Amino acid sequence: MNPSKSDHERAVDPVALEQRAASFCTRSLKKETKAQGLRLVVAMTDLTTLEGSDSPEKVRSLCRKALCPDPSIPNLPQVAAVCVYPKWVGLAKECVGDSGVRVASVASAFPSGQVALETKLADVREAVAQGADEIDMVLQRGAFLSGNHQEVEDEIHAIKEACESAHLKVILETGELGSMDAIARASHLAMNAGADFIKTSTGKIQPAATMPVTLLMLEAIRSHYLAGGGMIGMKPAGGIRAAKEALHYLVMVKETLGNAWMTPEWFRFGASSLLNDVLRQLQRLESGRYAAQYDVTET
Amino acid sequence: MTPKTLNIEAPALDFGEHWEYAPAPEGTKVEIAARYGAFINGEFVKGHGRKRLTTVNPATEETLSEVLIANPKDIDDAVAAARAALPKWKRLKPQERAKYLFRIARRIQERARELAVLETLDNGKPIKESRDVDIPEAAKHFFYHAGWADKLDYVFPGRKARPVGVCAQIIPWNFPFLMAAWKIAPAIACGNTVVLKPAETTPLTALRLAEIFQEVGLPPGVVNIVPGDGTTGAALAAHPGCQKLAFTGSTAVGKELARVNAGTSKRLTLELGGKSPHIIFNDASLDAAVEGVVQGIFFNQGHVCCAGSRLFVQEDVLPEVQQLLRARLHNLRVGDPLDKNTDLGAINSASQLATIQHYLKLGVAEGASLQQIKTKLPKKGYWCAPTWFEGVQPAHVIAREEIFGPVLAVMSFRTPEEALTRANNTPYGLAAGIWSDKGARIFDIAAKLKAGVVWCNTYNRFDATSPFGGYKQSGFGREGGRHGLLPYLELS
Amino acid sequence: MTSSTPERLSVLKTYKLYLGGAYPRTESGRTMPIHDAKDNLVAHFCLASRKDFRNAVGAARKAQDSWASRTNYLRGQILYRMAEMLEGRTDEFRQALVVGGHTARQAQQELEAAVDRLVAFAGWADKYSQILGCHNPVAAPYYNFSVPEPSGVCVAVAPDEAPLLGLVSLLAPLLCVGNAVVALGSQKAPLATALFGEVCGVSDVPAGVLNLLTGDRAELLPEFSAHRDVDAILTANLRPAERRILDLGTADNMKRVHHEKWGKGAIMDTGLMHGPDRLLPLIEIKTIWHPVGR
Repeated sequence: MNPSKSDHERAVDPVALEQRAASFCTRSLKKETKAQGLRLVVAMTDLTTLEGSDSPEKVRSLCRKALCPDPSIPNLPQVAAVCVYPKWVGLAKECVGDSGVRVASVASAFPSGQVALETKLADVREAVAQGADEIDMVLQRGAFLSGNHQEVEDEIHAIKEACESAHLKVILETGELGSMDAIARASHLAMNAGADFIKTSTGKIQPAATMPVTLLMLEAIRSHYLAGGGMIGMKPAGGIRAAKEALHYLVMVKETLGNAWMTPEWFRFGASSLLNDVLRQLQRLESGRYAAQYDVTET
Repeated sequence: MTPKTLNIEAPALDFGEHWEYAPAPEGTKVEIAARYGAFINGEFVKGHGRKRLTTVNPATEETLSEVLIANPKDIDDAVAAARAALPKWKRLKPQERAKYLFRIARRIQERARELAVLETLDNGKPIKESRDVDIPEAAKHFFYHAGWADKLDYVFPGRKARPVGVCAQIIPWNFPFLMAAWKIAPAIACGNTVVLKPAETTPLTALRLAEIFQEVGLPPGVVNIVPGDGTTGAALAAHPGCQKLAFTGSTAVGKELARVNAGTSKRLTLELGGKSPHIIFNDASLDAAVEGVVQGIFFNQGHVCCAGSRLFVQEDVLPEVQQLLRARLHNLRVGDPLDKNTDLGAINSASQLATIQHYLKLGVAEGASLQQIKTKLPKKGYWCAPTWFEGVQPAHVIAREEIFGPVLAVMSFRTPEEALTRANNTPYGLAAGIWSDKGARIFDIAAKLKAGVVWCNTYNRFDATSPFGGYKQSGFGREGGRHGLLPYLELS
Repeated sequence: MTSSTPERLSVLKTYKLYLGGAYPRTESGRTMPIHDAKDNLVAHFCLASRKDFRNAVGAARKAQDSWASRTNYLRGQILYRMAEMLEGRTDEFRQALVVGGHTARQAQQELEAAVDRLVAFAGWADKYSQILGCHNPVAAPYYNFSVPEPSGVCVAVAPDEAPLLGLVSLLAPLLCVGNAVVALGSQKAPLATALFGEVCGVSDVPAGVLNLLTGDRAELLPEFSAHRDVDAILTANLRPAERRILDLGTADNMKRVHHEKWGKGAIMDTGLMHGPDRLLPLIEIKTIWHPVGR
């Protein structure tokens, strides 16, 4: 008899993932369910700008949007966090103040991670020193794909330490990992090495977040949790643009991990354009009419 | 072997009522006549039978319609119409014959919403399934077989193919419309004519299909539909004017039909019951396997002849599989079949519900541990919560007899040899599931399972191109694909 | 008939059953004489009992799995070996057929056809899967294929006419696809069946794969029909009443019962008799699905 496999080696069936993911999309969300769900999506959003052209003005307007996504919609929560480069952490922190909106920073030579560990640590320390509440690091794909898992694990450990009290999200960049098996392995590796969250993508590589990949990572989180490893958060990022799609992600979280994960503390959407589509949908629910492009603000 | 018990200290997942899905009822209204007769020789007729059956919505127990119980005289009429239509139909230019089937397929697609709602009302299955499986697959069957009509000489190398003649077809209540398509499409594509009897509790969609036959101008008599009960079926099955009998249903009735037709030259295909095994090896993707198991036994309330009702899990992953199974089952939504979010609808009839309940009691009496997810079941209608038994022994009746409901028997094994022996230790042989990541083992086990369909790392997949049918007491003959044509053809 | 004592008393043989690779006498102890056209006693043969049949099914069941799991190439070679051994005993078979009422010419024709039939199905053994099986293009990401598998333990009931060729015509396709067989030979002319058993014993057919009975059809048919460990029955040219008895076996446990009808001259028609469509009732089609994905 073969010994049963540990989570690291557990087989993954890509077709089953596709089908299960598709089945969540057949859930029909109406009325109150939809309204609640859309508000939850807002509250779970990491409103993101990660462009070379980012400016102080851009960061300020992003933060304003984060604090008050749409004044025309009553009882609208603020978003979970703004996500910026380390350079803008201080400014963002200043803008959000003690509102409860957290400041997340990508660090560790985002998006490629192709620098020495010391440089990454300096990057992380800089962001933390500026007041970042959350650090989104990138998994070192080069070492991971070459099979040098220990190096990847050590690096996550080191960065986790450099984070101090900031939460660590590990970006797997699933679009570069090549297979579902590799994504599963990377998820477990990151969770075991100290990640508070695992995150699909930088948003710089296609494909970014997809439902099957997110489902696979949610299942990895589930098996980590059921094996006594504690709760780990999940953040699909990049590629989620439609409110309806985000609602299907919520269905997937609810039916895979249950209620405990249905909060911004444990689930985030890394997105920039998603928020406006959600707002348009909420406006429609409020007014009964479809909103125009100009009914929502661009940051 | 005693299965390991779950570590109760293990963290559990909470699937409470947070963010409940609001009702999402399918809004399409369908018209249902107060009374239906039979469809014979291209016309809807009142029929000679004096008795009528009442078809109800099993989710509400409301009467949907009163339907003729066709009597032997009606069967004579239908067989005579089919006989009369045969010469012209089989001599029709094959591609023209094909075009009728193509037309039927298109009309099914165009009327899909209406058909799905009607199917759900009459059968109790979730609208999600009638909408996404039953009706589109039925259309696909007509499309697939349409293309065969002018290619019959390619069905078997070196042989000319001719139609068999008049085909009597008797179908069950679990997939009323889809089974009608499975039966009618290959028969008429091959140039045969048909008398079809829908199930007693679900006659409505087959009669709606007859409307489609009228719409597309199918020549009168090519397909005749005679609703009724067991007496109707018996009269049709024994009718000497038919050259072929195709039956899908219980093994007991299948045997009776074989007895009635013994010594005649009538050709038989029988698609009967099952007690299909799932085997989960310890190297499998357990998440995928559990999903497959759930689809395998709870799809269509377990009213599926190939339902994966026996689960064999390799001992060392049994606790994990049980844990995942529980978590998954908490997310199954049981209730109004017309709600788009319903996963499990109503049990088709009061009598089927009684059968299932009999087995639930029996399982407990045999010493197995009954597990059910707490769920609010509607007050009216016929309902059964998703159920599984733990601590089942292969000798238990609940592990041997077909229950035909949402009831899974969970067992374990140590070695592949043991799994195989247990899986094959059944009079049935319709389907089987294997879950393993090891290719060599999958092919080895697949070859040694005595079952007509073996799903490896998947379950309950169907396709018009894919032959379906059983070994042993699950019947004989195949439906679908090239092999599904052979029962409807004489080769020479 | 003269009452004179022959100069040398010939040794009269009693042909036995071929069962589980051995040649037992019937457990019932019953034998019947075989006379030639001039009513001379030629030999005795065993009148198999229902118990002999049950033993044969037991032997066949034991042998079937491993026969089916031999490579098709090897099964083909063994069938060809049977043809070789039959060809090598031409004289004996010719005489046996003449005893059964054939002319010498008829006997020769039948013998040649029987050898050729074995050769034809020897050739099919590693090809029929490609004709009867297929890949199915399902509309979803699955690799899906259908393969023929043997029915299992099969009973063959040979017709009275063509005592050698009739039997071989049923055995060859049954064995070709990996079934284990219990065959009842021609009742009218059992000698060919008994002799054929002796051929099998020296032709590498594994013990139990082929079992040959001689006996009384009326006595044995109900047992064939009722035995629940029989998976399929293949017959040729039985009377309707006989067919009905066997068909009732389907009603009992869904055993597959297939009756071939050979019209006049059909048995010598290789176009008809060597076609792979004759294998269809002797197999089960198994369809296997597997997902395709990375």
